[in-house]
Amino acid sequence: MASLQNTTKPSGLNQDQHEALVGWLMAMPVIVLLLTFLIVPFFMAFGMSFTNQRLISGNPTEFVGLRNFQDLLTVQLLTLDPLVDETSGELLRDEAGNPTYPKLRDYTRDEETYPQYFRLQEWFSFQRNNSITYVLASDVVFMIALFNTFFFVVVIAPVQGGLALLLAMMLNQKLPGINVFRTIYFMPVVVSMVVVALLWRFIYDGSNGVLNTLLATLTFGGFKPVDWLANPQTAMPALMAMSVWQAVGFHMVIWLAGLQTIPTLLYEAANVEGADWWQKFRFVTWPGLRNTAVFVLIIITMQAFGLFTQVDIMTRGGPVDTTQSVVYQMVQRGYGKYDISGGSTISVVLFFIVLAISLLQRYLTREKN
Amino acid sequence: MDTGIKGRYFYQFLALRYLMLIAVALIFAFPLVFMIVSSLKPDMQLLRDSSSLKAFVPYGDLSLDNYIGMFNRVPFERFLFNSVFITATTTAFSILFSSLAGFSFAFLKWRGKGIVLSIIIATLIIPAETTAVPLLFVVNSLPWIGKEGLEWGWLNSIHVQIIPFIADSFSIFLFVQFFRDLPRELVEAARMDGATWLQVYARVIMPITGPVVATVAILKFLGMWNQYLWPLMVAQSEEMRPLMLGVAYFFQLDVAWGEVMAYLSTITIPVLIFYLALQRAFIESIASSGIKG
Repeated sequence: MASLQNTTKPSGLNQDQHEALVGWLMAMPVIVLLLTFLIVPFFMAFGMSFTNQRLISGNPTEFVGLRNFQDLLTVQLLTLDPLVDETSGELLRDEAGNPTYPKLRDYTRDEETYPQYFRLQEWFSFQRNNSITYVLASDVVFMIALFNTFFFVVVIAPVQGGLALLLAMMLNQKLPGINVFRTIYFMPVVVSMVVVALLWRFIYDGSNGVLNTLLATLTFGGFKPVDWLANPQTAMPALMAMSVWQAVGFHMVIWLAGLQTIPTLLYEAANVEGADWWQKFRFVTWPGLRNTAVFVLIIITMQAFGLFTQVDIMTRGGPVDTTQSVVYQMVQRGYGKYDISGGSTISVVLFFIVLAISLLQRYLTREKN
Repeated sequence: MDTGIKGRYFYQFLALRYLMLIAVALIFAFPLVFMIVSSLKPDMQLLRDSSSLKAFVPYGDLSLDNYIGMFNRVPFERFLFNSVFITATTTAFSILFSSLAGFSFAFLKWRGKGIVLSIIIATLIIPAETTAVPLLFVVNSLPWIGKEGLEWGWLNSIHVQIIPFIADSFSIFLFVQFFRDLPRELVEAARMDGATWLQVYARVIMPITGPVVATVAILKFLGMWNQYLWPLMVAQSEEMRPLMLGVAYFFQLDVAWGEVMAYLSTITIPVLIFYLALQRAFIESIASSGIKG
């Protein structure tokens, strides 16, 4: 601080130059810090996604062009017709009477004849008429992670945003003690996701879990215990429910601030007109919340794409990859395997997805007049 | 909101509203009550109780044994010191540097200011997760002056958990926003009286910037105290770890659930107390981050 004060009155500078110098010096710390720890890493993610950079490596780093993106994102369709007996023209059937198909391996291991399928793996397949169509991907786990993350976002954004609005409207009444409820609803937001995730691991437990107990009590013993996090069908919904529980208070408070900017005069006018509950919501509340809605939606989406801590602590991507997420894969590669370029490639893909979605959301929710 | 018909229906409706509010409150409070109640029970009872609603009732053989056991399992003092030091240092420097920059952007004229500020605002769209991996690479190649002179690489240290998080665009944005709404005469009058820019900042502007300082402090405190991904990547050795990484210690050999609950309670209760004491400021700081959307 002392050095800064000394430099504020250097001789030979006029008033404006002096002001500019002080202005620069005051902004300098954050400029240097943001450059080093945000802007440079951000552009480095782009740069390194074109290389084979590793955190520690004996070999020099090479430029590999788009190979990382190809290795991550290639998806090909392969439709195979059933095998036919060459003389009779009849379908060859296996012992159960189902049509048989050429082996997938013949296509994905033959670089000379089928370079486009080389080294791809089966993501999933479906049958239509008699033929079978394989959806092949270069990186099946990443595709699953991408799909899961989108699924997470698509569910979380409306559910969490809607519930948050509902809670905000419940709290936006003039009742004695209403602040106590606001305090309680918001409480999980200040608790670390690490703590919340561990706590819910215990709540979701299959043998001793409190959730099973509660459900059994509420249904008078009719409910069969579920091992929520070990069951592929329930693991992701369980993560979602917990994530909403933890974060909904955050968005509730933002909605509440929005609700409180709507003049009560408008509601009084609506009452005079004889508007019912839904009309008041539709024509007074909702138009007054436009900007808040856009903001809440974008914030939830950005946070939801960052899905990591829950996965890391509760499921580690399992069971059978049903809770793999993009950021979890990014950390697995970038940190777990010291594969900086692989992790960076995922970072770049994630950035473009988030950017595209927030631009799309802004476009769809723009003022239409 | 009500039209003022205070009949039987009004009170029934009022009771219904409170019932709904209470039901929702239970959903939010139960897991935390369960955590604190369980931390006081011996493991046998804890596991037995969790298969009934007794899980939420503090009864039976209550003691602080789990807390004692917890202290034996993790180097608690070390972790606590690290967490407090990292959180406090980052928050303090963040407030200082962000407010200085905000002051400069709002009140001083210098070339390039507009562009620099636009770039800072534009970085708000970068999700923190997307820079984590390249940041790991950047900090691994930075110099530091340590005990043995010049060293390369910041990994496995305390400062790697502090310095990258001091400046964040959002805090700067909040200060700029607040300063721009202040009357410029405040600054001009003080300058006329011969105050240096630093004096204007420290004696005129900062004393009336309490609300923004509180907002930045709270958001930073929450973010830093609860940080998990970054320390997981950079704090390899035990003496560098913050409290959040301590949870892994309870899942190594035998899982002692009572001790887990004691640890979770211990790292959460300070935040909860802080929150309950300052809940107005907490909620307002979150809300204020929303209105600007």
